[in-house]
Amino acid sequence: MFRLSAQTTRQAVQRIAVQARYQSTQASAPLKAKNTAMVAAGVATAGAIAYLTMETVDANMLADGLHAPVLPWDHKKPLATFDHAAVRRGYQVYKEVCAACHSLDRIAWRNLVGVSHTENEVKAMAEENEYTDGPNDVGDMFQRPGKLSDYMPRPYANEEQARAGNAGALPPDLSLMIKARHGGADYVYSLLTGYQDPPAGIEIREGLNFNPYFPGGAIGMARVLYDGLVEYEDGTPATTSQMAKDVTVFLSWAAEPEMDDRKKMGMKAVTMLAILTGLSVYLKRHKWASMKTRKILYNPPTPKKH
Amino acid sequence: MPVKSSNNTTANRFARAGYNTIVKRNSVFLTTIFVSAFAMEMAFDSISDRIWDNINKGRQWKDIAHKYE
Repeated sequence: MFRLSAQTTRQAVQRIAVQARYQSTQASAPLKAKNTAMVAAGVATAGAIAYLTMETVDANMLADGLHAPVLPWDHKKPLATFDHAAVRRGYQVYKEVCAACHSLDRIAWRNLVGVSHTENEVKAMAEENEYTDGPNDVGDMFQRPGKLSDYMPRPYANEEQARAGNAGALPPDLSLMIKARHGGADYVYSLLTGYQDPPAGIEIREGLNFNPYFPGGAIGMARVLYDGLVEYEDGTPATTSQMAKDVTVFLSWAAEPEMDDRKKMGMKAVTMLAILTGLSVYLKRHKWASMKTRKILYNPPTPKKH
Repeated sequence: MPVKSSNNTTANRFARAGYNTIVKRNSVFLTTIFVSAFAMEMAFDSISDRIWDNINKGRQWKDIAHKYE
């Protein structure tokens, strides 16, 4: 028992030390085990002091960003899939609005098949884009129309070009945005619909915009969603909040394409485990019935009379 | 092993019939196990798929795909 706990502690200490090493900007040679423990202890102490002296109450909503209200997303219910009509509308919003600046690197065209579009639709959409392929048999790269296996085209070739096109601000990749931000879908929705004039006393630099949900309040991205910006093919009125909701659902899918299957498997697994639990409870009671109903008496030996 | 005292009850007759048809020969016993495992799996999957599709009626791609084909 002691050995086990000592081992666990040692592993934890080494983990902290490894983290400390990666956080350091200098390249450091691997430390010896003894030094590792001492560094870890130092880091742990410093961390504890920092934690204890930290301000525990912090209502600086401007610096931290206003907490997004928790919204009743129906795809967050334990047994609900994504609303695939909303995913389709959200893809349209992404394509027509967001994709001008934001990439979606981790989603390939094939991922849309059977999720929001038919195979023929996706093939047609992919073919509208040119991709560099090659080398061919004389060693040259060539351009070809997109295929299902290609990934979503990026609006900018590299980070420098993206920054140059957006006054120094880098539009982040949206593939995992819902998982990458505190508040997830609530944050993205609130950010998209939260643009407003800065309150009195707050100066926003030229080229930035005020959004209370963005940490710091000043965001490089301007408000992009206005009522009627896109025209949905299913006739849904394209209000600002509808578009923000649809694109958030689309990005939730992009971040967790496996969610539908995962929840379905979860339902099956919980059902199966419940059945097996019931069976094992029955079996236990069955096997123990003879023991539980047995009357055990102890007759102490009567002391012999001398 | 049938117990003498409960030789003629209905439950005992069923148990004996089951034992004689399924458990007595090992080949039959194993086949029964495998076949019933497959059958149970298929039944469980199709029932839970139907429940799932019912919970998520109108939300999944297969519910809206006909609009776009």
